[in-house]
Amino acid sequence: MHLTSAQTLIIILCVAAGTQITRWLPFLLFPENRQPPAVIAFLGKVLPPAMMGLLVVYCLKGVSLTASPHGLPEAIAITVIVLLHRWRGNVLLSIAGGTAAYMLLIQTVFA
Amino acid sequence: MRQKKIEVLKAAFPATIPVLTGFLCLGMAYGVLMQTKGYGPLWSTLMSAVAFCGSMQFVAITLLTAAFDPIQAFVLSIMVNARHLFYGLSLLEKYKGLGKVRGFLIYVLCDETFSITSSVEPPEGVERREFYFFISLLDYLYWVCGTALGGLLGGQITFNTAGLDFALTALFVVLFLEQWKRKENQPAGLIGIGCTALSLLVIGPDRLVIPAMVLILAVLLGGRKRLCT
Repeated sequence: MHLTSAQTLIIILCVAAGTQITRWLPFLLFPENRQPPAVIAFLGKVLPPAMMGLLVVYCLKGVSLTASPHGLPEAIAITVIVLLHRWRGNVLLSIAGGTAAYMLLIQTVFA
Repeated sequence: MRQKKIEVLKAAFPATIPVLTGFLCLGMAYGVLMQTKGYGPLWSTLMSAVAFCGSMQFVAITLLTAAFDPIQAFVLSIMVNARHLFYGLSLLEKYKGLGKVRGFLIYVLCDETFSITSSVEPPEGVERREFYFFISLLDYLYWVCGTALGGLLGGQITFNTAGLDFALTALFVVLFLEQWKRKENQPAGLIGIGCTALSLLVIGPDRLVIPAMVLILAVLLGGRKRLCT
């Protein structure tokens, strides 16, 4: 440990406080007993699919297309997920299949 | 009453299995990493239980191993977690009228819980409030328990887990596909991917989230008239 116990505790509380602000702010600005403005209601509808797109890209941000294996394990695993999901439409099966495919690929083929 | 709680738990648990895999894996990695920096399981578990903020906790390791700077910790946490603002906006309607559990749902709102509660509807006969509560509680416990395990077991795990954390990427891909099923969601989904990819290309992998959020917001608001039809 580089910091004292008290300093560590303060850092933990500061990280928690900063994080909690980002979680509470929308709910405090637009309390549930009042109708939020139309533009906010609009954002509430379109943000979920947009943020899901952001999270997918965010998860892949460390993948290099120029260096070997050129993002192939990720591309193949995601293709497996899309195909499985089209075929069965079972959330868990698609996730398990895609994860298994990815693990297999990076532990054997692209090891 | 208790019977009913178990029914809800049965309905909520399957939705969280990918998070169980991913969080145990990453939570353990976090516990192990903290251990190597001299912070035992008590500290790492305390951080996970109180701050509960995934990637920011990894960033915070650098804060715990440098000169004491609480202001930087606070400001950095707001910036790294800014995406929660959009989750809150998205869930204003869904988290309405949930009574006492609402505070807890907001306290532990993370990427994974947001992606599930915003994409998955509770099965028939299951109350929304309890369904969301159990999903949030389970996800929270997975992370805290994963951290504790990592801190306690250290590097003793021999099973080759390389790639197991891809479960979270897979979760987001599948929930993206679930959103995609509804035709009116497709333009926004593409906007999310396009803006984030652009931000990744221009800004690079380390600071892409906030520029991506600004871009997404601008494009969505700019195209509001078209997206509404």
